Amino acid sequence: MKYRVRHTTHYGYQDPVSLGHNQVVGAPRPHPGQQVSEAHLEIDPIPAVIARRRDYFGNSVTFFEVHEPHTELTVTIRFLVEVRPAQEYTASPPWERVMEQLVGNRAYLAERAFCFDSPYVEAGEDLADYARACLTPGRPLVEGVLDLMDRIHREFRYDPEATDLSTGLKEVLSNRRGVCQDFAHLQIGMLRSLGLAARYVSGYLLTTPPPGQPRLVGADASHAWLSVFCPPYGWVDFDPTNNLIPCDSHITMAWGRDYDDVSPVKGVVLGGGEQKVSVAVDVLPV
Amino acid sequence: MRAVAAGYEPIPLTFDEMHAQPGGVRPHWSSFLRSFEAMGAATLARRWAEVRRLMRENGVTFNVHGGPGGLERPWELDPLPLLLGESEWSSLSAGLVQRAQLLDMVLEDIYGSQDLLREGLLPPELVFAHPGFLRPCHGLPVASQSRLLLYSTDLVRTPEGQWMILRDRTQAPVGAGYALENRLVLSRLLPELFRECRSARLGPFFEGLRASLEGLAALNPHNPRIVLLTSGPESPVYFEHAYLAQYLGCALVEGDDLTVRDNAVYLKQLEGLQPVDVIWRRLDDAFCDPLELRGDSWWGVPGLVQAVRSGNVVVANSLGSGWLETPALGPFLPALCRHFLGQELEVPGVPSWWCGDPGACQHVLSHLDKLVVRTAFPQQTFLGGRRAVFGAELSRAEREDLGLRIRARPYAWVAQDQVSMSTSPVWSGQRLEPRHMVLRAFLSSREEGFEVLPGGLARVARTADSLVVTLSASGGSKDTWVISSEEPSSGSHPVVRPGAQVGLSRGGNDLPSRVADSLFWLGRYVERAEGMVRLIRGCLELLGDPEDAAAVPRLLDVMHPEEGEDWPRIRELALESKKFGLAFLLRQVHRLSTSVRDRVSVDCWRILTGLTIGPAEHERVLMDQLEELITELWAFCGMATESMSRGYGWRFLDLGRRLERAVRTVELVQGTLVESRAQEDALLEAVLRICDSGRTYRRRYPAGLQMAPVLDLILCDESNPRSIAFQLVQVEEHLSHLPDQQALRSPEQRLALALLTDLRLLDVAHLAADPGRCKLFLESCQQRLPQLGDALSRHYLVHVAPARQRPPLPLEERHE
Repeated sequence: MKYRVRHTTHYGYQDPVSLGHNQVVGAPRPHPGQQVSEAHLEIDPIPAVIARRRDYFGNSVTFFEVHEPHTELTVTIRFLVEVRPAQEYTASPPWERVMEQLVGNRAYLAERAFCFDSPYVEAGEDLADYARACLTPGRPLVEGVLDLMDRIHREFRYDPEATDLSTGLKEVLSNRRGVCQDFAHLQIGMLRSLGLAARYVSGYLLTTPPPGQPRLVGADASHAWLSVFCPPYGWVDFDPTNNLIPCDSHITMAWGRDYDDVSPVKGVVLGGGEQKVSVAVDVLPV
Repeated sequence: MRAVAAGYEPIPLTFDEMHAQPGGVRPHWSSFLRSFEAMGAATLARRWAEVRRLMRENGVTFNVHGGPGGLERPWELDPLPLLLGESEWSSLSAGLVQRAQLLDMVLEDIYGSQDLLREGLLPPELVFAHPGFLRPCHGLPVASQSRLLLYSTDLVRTPEGQWMILRDRTQAPVGAGYALENRLVLSRLLPELFRECRSARLGPFFEGLRASLEGLAALNPHNPRIVLLTSGPESPVYFEHAYLAQYLGCALVEGDDLTVRDNAVYLKQLEGLQPVDVIWRRLDDAFCDPLELRGDSWWGVPGLVQAVRSGNVVVANSLGSGWLETPALGPFLPALCRHFLGQELEVPGVPSWWCGDPGACQHVLSHLDKLVVRTAFPQQTFLGGRRAVFGAELSRAEREDLGLRIRARPYAWVAQDQVSMSTSPVWSGQRLEPRHMVLRAFLSSREEGFEVLPGGLARVARTADSLVVTLSASGGSKDTWVISSEEPSSGSHPVVRPGAQVGLSRGGNDLPSRVADSLFWLGRYVERAEGMVRLIRGCLELLGDPEDAAAVPRLLDVMHPEEGEDWPRIRELALESKKFGLAFLLRQVHRLSTSVRDRVSVDCWRILTGLTIGPAEHERVLMDQLEELITELWAFCGMATESMSRGYGWRFLDLGRRLERAVRTVELVQGTLVESRAQEDALLEAVLRICDSGRTYRRRYPAGLQMAPVLDLILCDESNPRSIAFQLVQVEEHLSHLPDQQALRSPEQRLALALLTDLRLLDVAHLAADPGRCKLFLESCQQRLPQLGDALSRHYLVHVAPARQRPPLPLEERHE
């Protein structure tokens, strides 16, 4: 599938901002499943300085400084992307074997980095217990993770009012409510609690589905899901919010240990007073 | 004083630094003790009193709890130094240099290629699970061969006399400045002994440190600007920051003094932005940049990591070096030492076990009652904020709980043997007594390698049986003398003036914008508080007379319009800590005075921090407090006028006061007199008194109260120091003395002139007769006075508005 994507983040300030240091994390990330062309980043007002780099996880990061007084800041990302359908994950090894390989095989060092606690995800026995019901002894990894995703999807309710950025995993687990970010963190925490490697993926969904297909949840904003390391396939994506393995309707922007590594736009400004943020995402098939 | 050492009783089975058991006084102490005894108790006591006075005057403190209300404790120093023999010291030093080299190489690897993980020499948990491994700092350029400009390590000595490493400090080690101060004090206290013992000097180490700092400025090697970045006066060790900055001749700055522009760092001064080449930071890693590191940091500089990445500024120690402070590294160092240096580790660490290793974990779990348990990652705490605990001090239930935690996340825990520390004698006033001690040694990187400070900061426990030796709980500190066989040279001097005469300087115009901003707002808040006190007092006076009391709500509405009875409203205005209340204003005054502490006199500072308003159940009680506040506020203003030099600092303080007074006066007149049709005498009278112009009015107009003369006196009369016109004359005068004057008037100068001209041309009689016009005129003042403040701020201070973090991701923008 080919998509044209536009993501606009708009900040309105009550008082003029005299100086702003900002960074944008993520640009459509080239990887075997997707090919990117015509990518543009537009910033208004025009920054005095722009610097691009790759972060520790290989994501594209853009740093910029705005020196002129401004009361509005708009960051727009536009690009064209072709997403190839994911392969079939038919035969995966038992999950315990993957876990053992992660610990024992130094060739998996890069993947091992996603086995540990991170700012938003703290492993725990309660999370492990929840996961063990699905990842039973000897069960193939992909099958078990699919089952776990299904369980999360069944038992948790999508509810944007129930949580915010400061809501901890424990609270999400006990209230059984949240948004895609919470569900991704939750399943990552469960898998890591069992010693598996799981990472957080941010990106977009097709805004309007093809006729006859249901509209996916999270399509009007940036979306998040997770990826699990599973040899021999490598990283396999799972979207617990929609209970599916992304096929060709998910566009990957960045990945990291959790939200903290990939929060899309952040900045420190001088002045500004009260601020208002609005986000618009359009993903249109071409 | 005779034979002080004779009655000394060391603790059995402990190594004593002075007294061998058996064997008596160690040889390198004998000459010192002889002279110490010969000096006599009276001489010692007299000099000691003098030295303590000197330390108090120098303000040598350790702020135990931090914060303005914190307990500021004088730095405690024992008159008896710790003596170490030169040959022992030189072999210990070699071991410390080896350790510094090793740690530096480990750090280089972890923030670079990470070969140690690939080759299995370090477990990945120690890096990937460590919150102190800062991913944004991975791959940052390093300006010199070493990432550790200054490194410290805590040493203890076993009963067998073996030195062991207790812990390392690698990001912003504390104590070198205190060690230097201790040396200055002791060389005054015991000058003869100091010379006789040929103690190695500390000066060359700091000269080398200064040279190393300069060497870091690759882009500007000839005239680098080096700053020392502190978290400010609220830091427990602010004394040391200020002391080292002065000694090394670099500017002492806070995060708000610096700004990143075009990927480079600048120091904000009134004259403009000055490029910074090297930042010696005394903040922990995570706080240095709120953009890329901890978003909740108030002390850092947004964009700093990016500036380092661009190679435009060097931060020392390198950002991320705090990672080395994990106690989990200890068990791996011997193998790492062989790997990197092909050598055995010379100074062993205290025996320790990293629980991520199953065998070690088993050992720890079965010996919990005999070990010290630490979190592997200092960012994480347990048992209510602790990072380490003596297993023996825990109850059985607590030990079991700890065991469970360790089993759940073994890699996050480390255990160490409980070490037995050596003792050193301290002078109790009459005799010598043994105290357990820890020696903090300091190393600094040079072009040729690491150099060790000859000596260090010895810290001793409070009592003979205590084993607690930390900077904050410790009984005291000691100077450390390395007894040299070579001829010593003269004492310590600040590095910036090696023997040269101090050049004369006047004016005090090197003002950082942040300080000017604080002084400006201090002036505003002091004035606002005074205005508030006067208004409340005016209300209380009116309350006395039932007829006059009708004017009270009008006055109260000026400050905070609200429904309600008079007295509760007055009380609220005085005591409420919300934004409009007097209590709030006084808190702001405290806050600001703390940040300009070194810019006002001690007396001024004392007055400002003493301003309070307490509970007042009765009008009389409130009135008494208000009277007292007025006196104190005046005392401050008088003292500031008399004691501050007429530099930019004073001008900004006064600009704040003048501008605020003008704003408040316009507000008061607008809120009371303009609406007043019925010539309410009580209100006119009250306004005159609040403006402190009642007496002048009656002298000039004995006939009685009338609107036109009241307005003239309060608005236009340039001879009345309370009038708006007077404030503007003063503002104009100040503006004309500020730096960066252009040929054309600046926006703030134009605004001030326009306002003043309007006042001068005002037909007051006409205005008094036409409330509508009067209202319009005052409204225009109300609009333009804040513009004047803003223009001033933009020109000189704009970059100092406190940095506010956009919440990492507001609700609307999280991943949904």
